[in-house]
Amino acid sequence: MPNVTYIAHTGESQTIDVATGMVVMEGAVKNGIDGIVAECGGACMCATCHVYVDEAWLDRLDPIGEEQEEMLGATAAERKSNSRLSCQIRMRPEFDGLVVRMPDRQT
Amino acid sequence: MSGVVIVGAGQAGLEAAAALRAQGYQESVTLIGDEPHPPYQRPPLSKEYLLGKQGADNLPLRGRVFYEKHGITLRMGETVASIDRAAHRIQTGKGEIPYGKLILATGARNRVLPVPGAERALYLRTWDEADTIRRRIEGSVRVAVIGGGFIGLEIAAAARTLGKAVTIIEALPRLMARAVSPPLSDFFRDVHRGEGAEVLLDSTVREIAEDAVVLTDQRRCAADLVLAGIGVVPNMELARGAGLATGNGITVDEFLKTSDPDIYAIGDCADHPNLFAGGRARLESVQNAADQAKCAARGIVGNPTPYRDVPWFWTDQFGVRFQMAGLSAGHDRTALRGSVENRKFSMFYFKQARLLAVDSVNRFGDHIAARKMLAAGTPLTPEQAADETVDFKKLGVTAP
Ligand SMILES: Cc1cc2nc3c(=O)[nH]c(=O)nc-3n(C[C@H](O)[C@H](O)[C@H](O)COP(=O)(O)OP(=O)(O)OC[C@H]3O[C@@H](n4cnc5c(N)ncnc54)[C@H](O)[C@@H]3O)c2cc1C
Ligand code: FES
Repeated sequence: MPNVTYIAHTGESQTIDVATGMVVMEGAVKNGIDGIVAECGGACMCATCHVYVDEAWLDRLDPIGEEQEEMLGATAAERKSNSRLSCQIRMRPEFDGLVVRMPDRQT
Repeated sequence: MSGVVIVGAGQAGLEAAAALRAQGYQESVTLIGDEPHPPYQRPPLSKEYLLGKQGADNLPLRGRVFYEKHGITLRMGETVASIDRAAHRIQTGKGEIPYGKLILATGARNRVLPVPGAERALYLRTWDEADTIRRRIEGSVRVAVIGGGFIGLEIAAAARTLGKAVTIIEALPRLMARAVSPPLSDFFRDVHRGEGAEVLLDSTVREIAEDAVVLTDQRRCAADLVLAGIGVVPNMELARGAGLATGNGITVDEFLKTSDPDIYAIGDCADHPNLFAGGRARLESVQNAADQAKCAARGIVGNPTPYRDVPWFWTDQFGVRFQMAGLSAGHDRTALRGSVENRKFSMFYFKQARLLAVDSVNRFGDHIAARKMLAAGTPLTPEQAADETVDFKKLGVTAP
C-alpha cells in the first residue's frame, strides 16, 4: 500500500498507509490525524482539508480542477502555490511516499 | 459537577466533541447516540453511496483511534430517555450519567406520509435505511419517489442513473419549492425529465397500493418500489420533556443556549436566531451542524461568540452541482448571471437592495464569492450581479 506522511504545523510527523483509490483526506480522518477536519466529507465544499503538498510532489499531482481552485480561495490558513484540498488527491501507486504539511488552522 | 455530555452522535454531536478538544477543553466528553454506527456522514447516503460509487468505509466521520486519542467516550446504541436538570444528570436505558454542560444534538427524523399504505414506502435518513434502499432498488423496475425536495430528487437521480423507470410525485406546483426560486425549480424539472424521469407536479398522494401510488385525482403510478422524502421533524421530545422551550425545534439564543444556561442545542434540532434568515430558523445542513458545534464549544470553553456563520448547502443530481449560499426566503428581487442553457448560472436574491443569497449551478466561483460577500456584507447591486464583466474578486471581497 502506498504511504503518505502527514506533518503537523508543530512539526510532528506521521506516516500512514493510504490505499490506492482513497483520498489523502480519508487517510488522515481514519487514523486520528488532527490537522485535517474535513467537515463536508470530501465534497469539495468546506476547505477544511487544506494541505501544503511537498514541492517535490507538486508536478506529479493532477492539475487543480475548477471547483478546487475556487474552494482554495476560501481556506482558513494562507493559500500558497502548493496548497491543495486533500479530499481531491486520490491515491495512486506512484504517490507512495507523498508528503503533505498541514496548516495551523482549518477553520 | 463537570464534563460535557452530548446527546446525539450525528454530525453535529461529533463536531462538537472534536471542537471541544480542538479548543483545549480538558474535562470529560461523552457522546451518546442511539444508532449502532459511530458518527457518519449522511450526504453520501442519497448520492455516491446509493449509487454504489462510494463504499461503506468512507461513511464514518472519524476512525476509532480519534475517540481514543482525544479521550472522547463514545456510547452508541444507547437512547437518552430523560434529563434531570436540577440534578444535572441524564437517564439512559443503561443508567444515569452526570453532566456539567449538556449539548442536545438530536437531529431530526423523517416525516411519515399520512396516507393509507404509508408503511409500504421507504424513507432515507440513516445508514441502515440506505442499505435497505440499495438492496430494494436493485431488484426493482419502477420506482416512485414521493417528494420533490433535495433528498427526494437525489434519490430519484440515483435510481434513474441505475437504470430504473422513475416517477417523481410532488404536491406543490414546482420542485424544491421551499428552498429555491421558480427558475431553478424549472431547471431541475427539465434536468430530471431530460434524463427520462417522469415529473408529476401538483400531485397529491391518496394511497400507496401494493403495486402503485394512487393520486387524489385517481391517477395510478405503477411502482414496485416507493420511496418518500417529504421533509423532517426535529427530535425535541427529550427537550420538551425536560421543560425546555421549544418551537420549530429546540429554542436557543444566538449562543445556542436553550432556556437552561447549562444546556445547548445544535444542528438539525436547533431553532435559532439566524442573521441571514432575518429571524429564527432551523437549518438542515452540514454547514449548520459543523459551525453550530464550534459555536457551542466556544461557549463551553469560556470564549462565547454568537452564531453568525454564512449558511451554505449543496446537492448533486445527474452530475449537476448545485451550491447555495445564504438564505433566499423573503427576497423581493433576483438577478441571473450566466446561462441556464449551458447549465452554468447563478441566481442572486436581494431584499431591499441587500444581497440575501446566491444559488449556483456549476458556477463554483460565484458560490465562493457569494459566501465572502455575505460574510463581509459587501454591497452588490442586481445590475452588478447580472453583469459578467464585473469581477467579484475586485469588489473589495475579503476572506470570510
Ligand atoms: C440523505 C441525506 C442527504 C443529505 N445531503 C446533504 C447535503 O448534500 N448537504 C448538506 O449540507 N446536508 C445534507 N444533509 C443534511 C445533513 O446530513 C444534516 O443536516 C446533518 O446530518 C445534521 O446533523 P445532526 O447531528 O444535527 O443530526 P443527525 O445527523 O440527525 O444526528 C442526530 C443523531 O441523534 C440521535 N438521537 C436523537 N435522539 C436521541 C436520544 N434521545 N438519545 C440518543 N440519540 C439520539 C439520532 O438517532 C441521530 O443519530 C443530508 C441529509 C440526509 C438524511
Ligand atoms: S473535505 Fe471538505 S473540501 Fe475537502
